[in-house]
Amino acid sequence: MKDSHYDAAIIGAGMSGLAAGIRLAHFGKKVCIFERHNAPGGLNSFYSLAGRKYDVGLHAMTNYVPPGVKGTPLGKLLRQLRIDREEFALCPQKRSRVAFRDCDLKFTNDFAVLDAEVTTRFPAQADGWRMLVQLVRTYDDVSLDAKPASAREVVARHLTDPLLTDMLFCPVMYYGSAQERDMEFGQFVIMFKALYLEGFARPLDGVRVIIRVLLEKFRQAGGERRMKCGVAGIIEEQGRAAVLKLDDGTEITADHVISSVGYPETLRLCSPGHEAEAEANTGALSFVETISVYRQPPATWGWREDTIIFFNDSELFDYSRAQELVDPRSGVICFPNNFEYAGGQLPEGLFRVTCLANYAKWAALPEPGYQAEKARWLGEMQRSARRFLPPVTDAVLAENLVTTDMFTPRTIRKFTGHLNGAIYGAPRKVRDGRTHLSNLYLCGTDQGFLGIIGAMLSGISMANYHILQKSGT
Amino acid sequence: MTKDECRKLVIDIISDIAPDEDLTTVKPEVRLRDQLQLDSMDFLDIVMELRKRHGIEVPEADYTQLASLDSCADYLTPKFQTKA
Repeated sequence: MKDSHYDAAIIGAGMSGLAAGIRLAHFGKKVCIFERHNAPGGLNSFYSLAGRKYDVGLHAMTNYVPPGVKGTPLGKLLRQLRIDREEFALCPQKRSRVAFRDCDLKFTNDFAVLDAEVTTRFPAQADGWRMLVQLVRTYDDVSLDAKPASAREVVARHLTDPLLTDMLFCPVMYYGSAQERDMEFGQFVIMFKALYLEGFARPLDGVRVIIRVLLEKFRQAGGERRMKCGVAGIIEEQGRAAVLKLDDGTEITADHVISSVGYPETLRLCSPGHEAEAEANTGALSFVETISVYRQPPATWGWREDTIIFFNDSELFDYSRAQELVDPRSGVICFPNNFEYAGGQLPEGLFRVTCLANYAKWAALPEPGYQAEKARWLGEMQRSARRFLPPVTDAVLAENLVTTDMFTPRTIRKFTGHLNGAIYGAPRKVRDGRTHLSNLYLCGTDQGFLGIIGAMLSGISMANYHILQKSGT
Repeated sequence: MTKDECRKLVIDIISDIAPDEDLTTVKPEVRLRDQLQLDSMDFLDIVMELRKRHGIEVPEADYTQLASLDSCADYLTPKFQTKA
């Protein structure tokens, strides 16, 4: 069948798959993206419920730099995808904060703010801090063949105060680490730059603005997209991905296959299977997120200055799989209302709280128990988070509440296919994207560039490196 | 195709790849990298756009020939002429 052969087939229409697709289609490749779900976006998507649109995944786009700042991931991405900066309509954050029991560190899109906070509160650490920042600034974090190192070990060479160390690790880990308690130093650098040296922003209408731009570029470039039609299997012949079996039972072939569905998830698609390798590199970290919709904006209760708050009240910050259904000791609060929208504003007040969760425990709950636990943890998580906010009574919030929603590790597994509901994927990343099959490459979460800008750059890099640079005449 | 036309065509490509760069003051004899913020990804795109728009092939060994506008013109103009 002639029309079922592609130069490149991409598995998954998330940020990375779409970005890879745009590159390949732009340069004349016949490319098709296969997506199992009916909505694009993957881990950063949106859904409608009772006429209301919710973002899922994205709190804020990291890596924000103001117009005119060059040489950063955002600029590279815009150039590579031929996107005009205005199309993303990014509005910068107000201010964010790391809130531990007895200490706050504020940070904004201006690094000088965090720099001053650290040197004021931890004067004895100032020299080490400067050296660490210098190291981060000069580190080649996009190298595809860097040797892995422990971020905890590298940071410990510069910082000796455990509180400061944990406070710096908390946002960096929450926004991207697939590894428990530690992360690979290259990944730490990517996130440190993305969060602290660059910053947060968001389009007023949320992540769907970014997804729409990507879909439109892909369409204009001549790319093909098949929704509700995932790849069910990859058939191997002579060390190559020879045939892709689709969910609808048909088969297609492609010179190159880029998979954005994750490392163990991709291996499990392959036949013959690679169960042991998949098992050995499957993520364990999953999350729950609650979202409460209020009639009034959060500023009504004095929650006006903070865009994102990374909180923790345990003695040592413990970024690991929750022992219970949820670990409410630490987490992330996001107020989507608190960005500088320059005139615009969201129609309702939104309060989001994210905490670490335990996939196996959520997965084992019978349906009635599942609903009851969701309701219970929604309350618990919000109570935990509100300890780090100006006080307001339960009664006032309850009067103002319009609705709530929540995703659990079960939701993540169902809609993204990520094993264990592991949002950040496999603990060990595959930087060069290579797999055991010569024409099958990984992009996205498990290639290891983090955040949504990272995800798009991952798709771009893999398309460039494995396909465009090598295709001669 | 004259060398001047060839320079203009390379400028057109760069302005699409890097619309945030000011190209009005680019000195033709100076390396592009020294006056513009272009990285290896951008140079790959110049090569790819040459192929896409004009059917001109630049083998990897010749990438250094694209260092400045003048060297681009010296290297590419004969290729355009052969093609025409």
